[in-house]
Order: sequence, then C-alpha cells, then structure tokens
Amino acid sequence: MARSTLSISTRSGTSAAIVVVALIALALLAVVLRAEVGRGLGPSDWAAVRFTVWQAFLSALISVALAVPVARALARRRFWGRGVLVTLLGAPFILPVIVAVLGLITVFGRAGWLNQVLMYFGLPTVSIYGLHGVVLAHVFFNLPLATRLILQGWQSIPAERFRLAAQLRLPPRMVFSTLEWPLLRQVLPGVAALIFVICLTSFAVALTLGGGPRATTVELAIYEAFLFDFDLGRAALLSAVQLVVAGGAALIALWIIPQISLSGGLDRPVTRWDARGGMRLSLDVVVIGIAAAFLILPLCAVVLRGVTGIAGLPASVWLAAGNSLLVAVISVLVLCVLAVPMAGWIAGRRSGGVEAIGLLGIAASPLMIGTGWFILVYPVIDPADVALPVTALVNALMALPFALRIMVPRLRETVQDYGRLAQTLGLKGWQLWRLLILPRLRAQLGFATGLTAALSAGDLGVIALFADQERVTLPLQMYRLMGSYQMEAAAGVALLLLAMALGLFWMCDRGGRWHADT
Amino acid sequence: MLTLNQVKIVQGAFSLAAHLKIEPQKNYAVIGPSGAGKSTLLGAMAGFVPVTHGNVRWGTKDITEHPPGDRPMTMLFQDNNLFPHLSVLQNVGLGIRPTLRLKRAEMEKVRHALERVGLGDQMAKRPGALSGGQQSRAALARVMVQARPFLLLDEPFAALGPALRHEMLDLVHDLVSETQATLVMVTHAPDDARRIADEVIFVADGRAHAPEPTAGLMDNPPPALKAYLG
Repeated sequence: MARSTLSISTRSGTSAAIVVVALIALALLAVVLRAEVGRGLGPSDWAAVRFTVWQAFLSALISVALAVPVARALARRRFWGRGVLVTLLGAPFILPVIVAVLGLITVFGRAGWLNQVLMYFGLPTVSIYGLHGVVLAHVFFNLPLATRLILQGWQSIPAERFRLAAQLRLPPRMVFSTLEWPLLRQVLPGVAALIFVICLTSFAVALTLGGGPRATTVELAIYEAFLFDFDLGRAALLSAVQLVVAGGAALIALWIIPQISLSGGLDRPVTRWDARGGMRLSLDVVVIGIAAAFLILPLCAVVLRGVTGIAGLPASVWLAAGNSLLVAVISVLVLCVLAVPMAGWIAGRRSGGVEAIGLLGIAASPLMIGTGWFILVYPVIDPADVALPVTALVNALMALPFALRIMVPRLRETVQDYGRLAQTLGLKGWQLWRLLILPRLRAQLGFATGLTAALSAGDLGVIALFADQERVTLPLQMYRLMGSYQMEAAAGVALLLLAMALGLFWMCDRGGRWHADT
Repeated sequence: MLTLNQVKIVQGAFSLAAHLKIEPQKNYAVIGPSGAGKSTLLGAMAGFVPVTHGNVRWGTKDITEHPPGDRPMTMLFQDNNLFPHLSVLQNVGLGIRPTLRLKRAEMEKVRHALERVGLGDQMAKRPGALSGGQQSRAALARVMVQARPFLLLDEPFAALGPALRHEMLDLVHDLVSETQATLVMVTHAPDDARRIADEVIFVADGRAHAPEPTAGLMDNPPPALKAYLG
C-alpha cells in the first residue's frame, strides 16, 4: 500500500552480499581449476558419496521419526521441568560436536555405561564406530532440533480446535487425523530435508566415529586426501563432488525448509482434553523420559569425566583456548559486518529471494571452502599462518544463514511498524540504524552473535586443514588428545570447551536482552 | 495552502479521486464510511501513498514526489507514534533533530513542550511505562516541536475512552491555534467533527468531496452523508 516504506541504504547490504558470494565463488573457482577431473572418481570415492547420502538419509529419517512422539508428548503434557527440557532441546545447537562425541563415547562406547549394563546382564555389547555411530551422533544433534521444529508446528494449532475436538468427543484417532496429521504432513518434509542437508556436510562426527573404507563421508575424504596424501588435485575433485551433492540437495530443500525460530514461544503447553490418562499418559512419560536421558546422559558424562581431567591440563591447552576465543571473536565481528547490512537489505525488499545468498553458507561445505582457500593461499604464504583467520571467516559464513533467519523477521516487523514514523521524522542513513534499527534488533543480534560465537569456538572443520603444531584451537587440541588416547586430558578439554561455548553464547544473548525494552 | 489538484490514487481495484484545497490555519475533519479512503487521503498528503494522477502543491510548489520527511506536515497514526526503545525526551527530541544531538536551546524547547502537555515529570520514562493518554500527549509534544504548518491525525486517539479522547482533541485544538498550524483529522465520530473542525471533508464512493463548513453540512447532510450518519 505505502510506497517503498523506508530508505534503508542498500549499498552496504549489496556489498556484504557480494563479499559473501565472492568468498565462496573464489574458493569454488580454485577447487574447479585444481580438480583433476580426468582422473575420475575411484571406487573409494564412490563409496564415500554413497555413505554420505545414506547416513544423511538414515539420520534424517530416524531423527524425524523419533521426534514426532517426543514433540507430541511435550505438546500435551505439563510437568515440572518442562520449560528446562524445552530450553535444553536448543543446547545441541551450540554444543561443540567433538564434546558431544566424547559424551556419546562415554555412554555408548566400547567400555561405556551402556555396554557395562549390557555385560552385567550377559548381553552382547554394541559398538559406536561406523555407520550406526555416525547416525547415533547425528540423531543426538538433530532429534532436539526436529523436536523443537515439530513442537513449534504443533503449538500453531489453535487451542480452540482442541476445545472443539473435546466438545465433539472425537476419539484420539480422529484428533490425530483431523488436527495433527495435516500439520505433520506440512512440517515433516521440511524438517527432514533440513536435517538431511546438515548431515551431508557433517565432518567432525565422521572424523571421530566414522572412517575406514566403509564409513567415510566426502568431507572426511577431502580431509584425508589433504592430510595423508597431500593430494590437492584429489581433494579439489572431492570438494567439487561435495558441492554438487550438498549444494544440489540444499537447493532442492530450500523450498521446503521451515522458518527457523530458535527462541521463545515454546514454553506454553496447550490444554488438551484428549489423552488425559491411562495408557497414553504412561506412553508419554516413557517417551519424554527416554528422550531426556538420551540428551542429558552424554552431557553429564562430559561434565563428570571433565571435572577429574581439568586439573591436569597441559599449558598448551590454555594457548589453544586463547586461539579459540580469538576465532570466536573474529567470527562474531565478521558476522556483524556481513549479516546486519544484508538483513537490512533483505528486510527492505518485498520477497526474500536474496536470503538464498545467505543460505549458500549451508550449501557450500566448510571443507570445500577451506580447500579452495588453501589452494589460493598455499603458493603465497604458509597456510598455517592464516589458519585462525580463515577458520573464523568460514565459521562466520556458516553461521550467516541462521543469523539472517533470526534477524530478518524482526527487521521486517520494525520497518512495518515504525517505517512511517521514521519517515515523518526524516530519519535516514546512519541515524536510522543508530536510533531505530540497531536498538530494535538488539535481542536478535545478541542471539545471533551468541550462536556464532559458540559455533565458531566449538568448530572442528577447516582448522584441521590449516593448522600446524602451534596454531591449534581447543576442538582440534581435544581431537588430537583423543587420537593419542589421552582420554582424561581430552575430557578436561571437553569441559573447558563446553563452558566456553555456553559462556560465550550466554554472554552475547544476555547482552542483547539486557535492559532491552520492547 | 495545500492543493490536491485533480489527484487520483489507484491501488488495485480501489481508487480515490480528490480535487480540493486546504486553507491555512483552519481545522478540517475527514469523515466517511470504513474503507472509503480516509487514511489513503491523508497518506497521499503526507507522501506515504503514491499519487497516480494529478499533483499535490504547497503554495506554488509541487511536492507530489517529495518524501514524507521533506513535506510541510507531520502525521500521527493509529499506533506506533513513539519509538518504544527511546525515552519520552528522546522521542520528542527527534522532532527537532533526527541525529538527537540537541543544542541547549533545543533541549529547552523539548522540555517546554513536554511541560506544556503535562508530562514534565515523565521525561525519562520509556513510552511503555506511560498510560495510553500519556503516550498520546508525548506524541503531541513531538508534533509541537516539529512545528510543521500542517498536522494530520489518522485517528491516533481511537483507542482512548470518550472522555480522554475529548481531552486530547481539546489539547490538539489548543496546540494548533498556538502554533498557527492547519489540522486535518480523520474521525468516525460526528461529535468530534463538531467539536473542533471548521470544515468537513466527506469521503465516500471513491471521492473526497471538497470541504464544507461543519455546522451547515452536518445539519443538512446530502443523501450519501445522511446514509453514513444514520
């Protein structure tokens, strides 16, 4: 109705978008030029592609299948600690992968808690390595994500409908088919697609729990081509393959991936008149209990093991911790410089087509970008010299899509509600940002930077390509300790890393909300 | 004088024609059925709604393409007239300078305006801490310091109770006569029009009619207005 509501300068937004595209495109170009296409893909490469797709498919399927009963139970029950549990469902998102892996090994590993129980009863033990280990870890990370997204959908069913269903005395089967199934049909494909895409580019999980000819993902194959053979041509070729597989899947999934809202609104249980008690109540109790245990036990394991290990940490760990902090801070700065103007640009436009640029971050795998930049800088400088800045940069790119999804809706709302007022007052340019946009965006900016800081501090990916003995981050240090079976020390590092990631997130998020008026 | 010269606004299936003059220092009420285009008319004057045909002139100057901030008018909307994250003082200060870097004399002006509307002791609060009536007063204080020749009201007091709304209208009436501004206000209540408007612009059936003196028009309404007034 109104004319182009608010004159948010598009120049900085488009420049930021161009920088993002250029960073990814340059890496891509380097990869393509360097890739030795003539050599073709060997049998082991094909095995890696097959494994990548298969494990991502299984992870998505199992996560979603398990998330439905959990979300359903959470949606219709009120109990003490429900709010905490729902909040905790957000935790795996900022949990460093390697830390969670250590927790999972402690619980499900060879001498882990589960196997000790199984042995006590004389049952055969389970192994966490290989396909099922990779899938287990992916389910650990994505079951909570899926649960939150489905729960969100569930709670979008108006309470009045359940009231109506109760008045009509609809049996549970009818409630499901008239109210819940249509919703699930809408939500599930998007959630599954999102998890599938995330798992396609998973590296740290495959590095720690996979490996070998039968459980190597493409990301891991890139890393191995680098580290063991220093075969840049093959690494580049595999990167191109990864781009086709993950990028293609992401582009298809883009149309069905749901809006990601990571905060708020989920603490409000709907009063339900169906499923009051009996069988259904006990079923829900069991479902919630198992899900909570699955989520909480590995975290407890990390804390328990870490407390004993943290005292005897070598000095090199503290150096690595400093590096991780530096990487997190640079990532946050880069993210702010890129995401804020881009969000402003996107919010000023009617349709969100340009949001796709931010999603390039999901489609392009970190190791592919890392490989590309390695090829670019390698002839000029020692890659280890730029290990930390490149890691920070790539992490910021990875966090960009999430940051945009967090900030753009709020910016749209701000433009809609206060655009006209700002125009009557003649607010423009920097004044518009200073007096209207940034203050209104504070909470979202805090949340987005918190996510970025936590993801960046805990990331084990690009750093593994670039690092040498000295320039390591905490996750890499932890991986090396695990590799040399110094599990005590690794557990100590895990606890430190966990505290750091959660602490960084908390500080940014709190900072955004502190004294914020809405 | 503000002139809407053969103005036509087209938005999809909706269209509104207006050919009228707004004389300085008079008070106008805009009345008409819901959806007739009262807000659209004000939006076109203030520059929020693009004019499809014709032009808007201020004196001899064509301001049809001017952005809202560069027009000789300020407007209060139904809601969101204050930034919730800024204090009352800052909100009013924005009316003088969009940078908020106020000189001492300007600061004095802001304080004076806030005292004038009875918010002298509420300056440091955020709008959220004020009552609905106080928020309206704060917005009016900003209008005062903006001191534009035209004040457009798009039912900013619609959410207030009758007594409070009358109080606000009286305050508006005093303010516009003090600052010698011209008032154009949308209203649903014929009483409000009688209370402060010299002339009434009746909007119906895709047309904003030329203003006519309030008393005469309301006492002897033409058929369309009669149907609306009931």
